[in-house]
Amino acid sequence: MITQWFFRHGDRRSLIAIIILVAVACLVPVLNLLVPDTSPFHVPTYLVSLLGKYLTYALLAVALDLVWGFCGILSLGHGAFFALGGYAMGMYLMRQIGPRGVYADPVLPDFMVFLNWKELPWFWYGFDNFWFAALMVVLVPGVLAFGFGWLAFRSRVTGVYLSIITQALTYALLLAFFRNDMGFGGNNGLTDFKDILGFNVQAGTTRSALFAATALFLALAVLVSSFIIRSKLGKVLVGVRDAESRMRFLGYRVDRYKLFVWTVSAMMAGIAGALYVPQVGIINPSEFEPANSIEAVIWVAVGGRGTIIGPIIGAILVNFGKTYFTAAFPEIWLFALGALFILVTLFLPKGILGLYGSWQARRASHAAQKDDEVLPPVVKQSSKRLAEPEPQAAE
Amino acid sequence: MKAKDTLLYLDGVSVSFDGFRAINNLSLVLQSGEMRAIIGPNGAGKTTMMDIITGKTKPDSGDVYFNGTVDLTGHDEADIAMLGIGRKFQKPTVFESHTVEDNLVLALSGPRSALSALFHRQSRDETDRIHEILYTIRLFEKRHWLAASLSHGQKQWLEIGMLLAQDPKLLLVDEPVAGMTDAETAETAKLLRDIARTRSVIVVEHDMHFVRELGVKVTCLHEGSVLAEGSLDHVSNDPRVIEVYLGR
Ligand SMILES: Nc1ncnc2c1ncn2[C@@H]1O[C@H](COP(=O)(O)OP(=O)(O)OP(=O)(O)O)[C@@H](O)[C@H]1O
Ligand SMILES: [Mg+2]
Repeated sequence: MITQWFFRHGDRRSLIAIIILVAVACLVPVLNLLVPDTSPFHVPTYLVSLLGKYLTYALLAVALDLVWGFCGILSLGHGAFFALGGYAMGMYLMRQIGPRGVYADPVLPDFMVFLNWKELPWFWYGFDNFWFAALMVVLVPGVLAFGFGWLAFRSRVTGVYLSIITQALTYALLLAFFRNDMGFGGNNGLTDFKDILGFNVQAGTTRSALFAATALFLALAVLVSSFIIRSKLGKVLVGVRDAESRMRFLGYRVDRYKLFVWTVSAMMAGIAGALYVPQVGIINPSEFEPANSIEAVIWVAVGGRGTIIGPIIGAILVNFGKTYFTAAFPEIWLFALGALFILVTLFLPKGILGLYGSWQARRASHAAQKDDEVLPPVVKQSSKRLAEPEPQAAE
Repeated sequence: MKAKDTLLYLDGVSVSFDGFRAINNLSLVLQSGEMRAIIGPNGAGKTTMMDIITGKTKPDSGDVYFNGTVDLTGHDEADIAMLGIGRKFQKPTVFESHTVEDNLVLALSGPRSALSALFHRQSRDETDRIHEILYTIRLFEKRHWLAASLSHGQKQWLEIGMLLAQDPKLLLVDEPVAGMTDAETAETAKLLRDIARTRSVIVVEHDMHFVRELGVKVTCLHEGSVLAEGSLDHVSNDPRVIEVYLGR
């Protein structure tokens, strides 16, 4: 039925991406757990976690593209939602440690004992329950995004001003989470995790399971994004991106549409953060660094904004590059990233996927010429459609 | 004159931008079912008047009533659109990265809430209405084109089509024939006369041939207020109109 829906709505690319992700979710654990170390097909556990981390970044990128690529809201603070989801998961993992901490307190995490706290703060209640924590993973970023968006979109803050206040949001959270008395482990954050749902987080099987879960959540995010974008609501969003005030004169309450997609996007980012934390084994305030959010924007730009799967490709490629460069030439990584961003903005305004799109369109127009058919407008249409045009400022 | 029994009622409306009075004590009344042409030199305040009616600009003073009782100054753009006032912009504004058909889908009257849009499925009835409009605006063959690839004149027509899809009680049409050939201009005049049979229309236009073809009451604006009003012959023989506008 889902396949049918995709075909009816002509979103073959998303369907292919979902199939690949589901296949990867099955295959990588098999190659890690069942194929012996000696085989060239064996995927070592460190690589499973590394790939899992990339996929959580890809999920963040999909979330960001939903608001930026399709609705024109350039968020420079999506890392904040990612980090909040991560902290919610981290709090669960901390409480799973129980009496196995250095100070062996059955309830209080080590850092609280160290700070001489006697009681668990109220906002840590419930986090010993996985499902409560899982709810908070989406609820905390969702509620924050809703409140923030409600204020910002209703007062019609757009463009650069909105970008700046999203940046301020993540910076404010960075400063807050640095403080020890906030109760989130301050500078050091949350780490030394032991179990998740009763399984050892270090175990190869757990790591494979986390990887598979990440790939499946990413597939789900592609499905949800595709459903949103192909719906009439998605058309309204793209209309808002291209000519916001025109949309209002048609009777649409633009602020509510933005609020919807903004909140959905923040929840997706929260899930990405929650999957990230058990795979990297730590969450600390540096995840709120404004630079992190800006990096996420670069992934989307490189992959192709306004496409659903472009951001996935961008996030994975850029992070492969980052892993390689920071090991081989640590000094130049930031310059390489900066140069990449400039090159992409100048020469690939529609990202890698846009490049592929225009190549495909050129091929189509060659084919059309060969058939001696006079169909320029249709070709024009298909090429423009694949590489969605630059958003224009509302009049 | 009373606001009651009128479709649109502007009385003593003024608005200033940084001390400059773009609209100055403007009064204008439109009866239900009426079509009115508005002329006047550049900067007379024609577009600004439409901005006020559609809620884009709030007047500094004066009354703006729709349907006799609804105070438009207390509503925003989306509310006013839902009350039944549609607008075509001076610079044609369509959604360029959507197809012609999707532009009409977005404009089509119906629920506007985000939730209903998320689960919206186009009914047979809606498809028929869209196709009918596509034929009316002569863009049926081009319905799968991106709006960005239309010519200027076609964009004007698409925007008129969007107005039709919105199905408003009152249409505000700002310079609909700019950039059209004479033949297209004549077609547009015919289309607007058709539309005016069932709705009220305000048309702003500089093209006097076009205004003549509409054959309706004319209001000439100058420096933010009404300079002359009446039949086209009456207005175009007014010495003040000749001086500030026609005689140039
Ligand atoms: N938002 C604004 N801020 C400042 N000045 C404005 C604004 N909108 C309109 N004006 C000024 O108000 C005056 C009236 O402009 P308006 O666009 O209404 O003229 P118009 O009659 O539509 O002219 P045209 O025939 O050229 O379209 C102009 O001098 C314009 O510069
Ligand atoms: Mg004007």
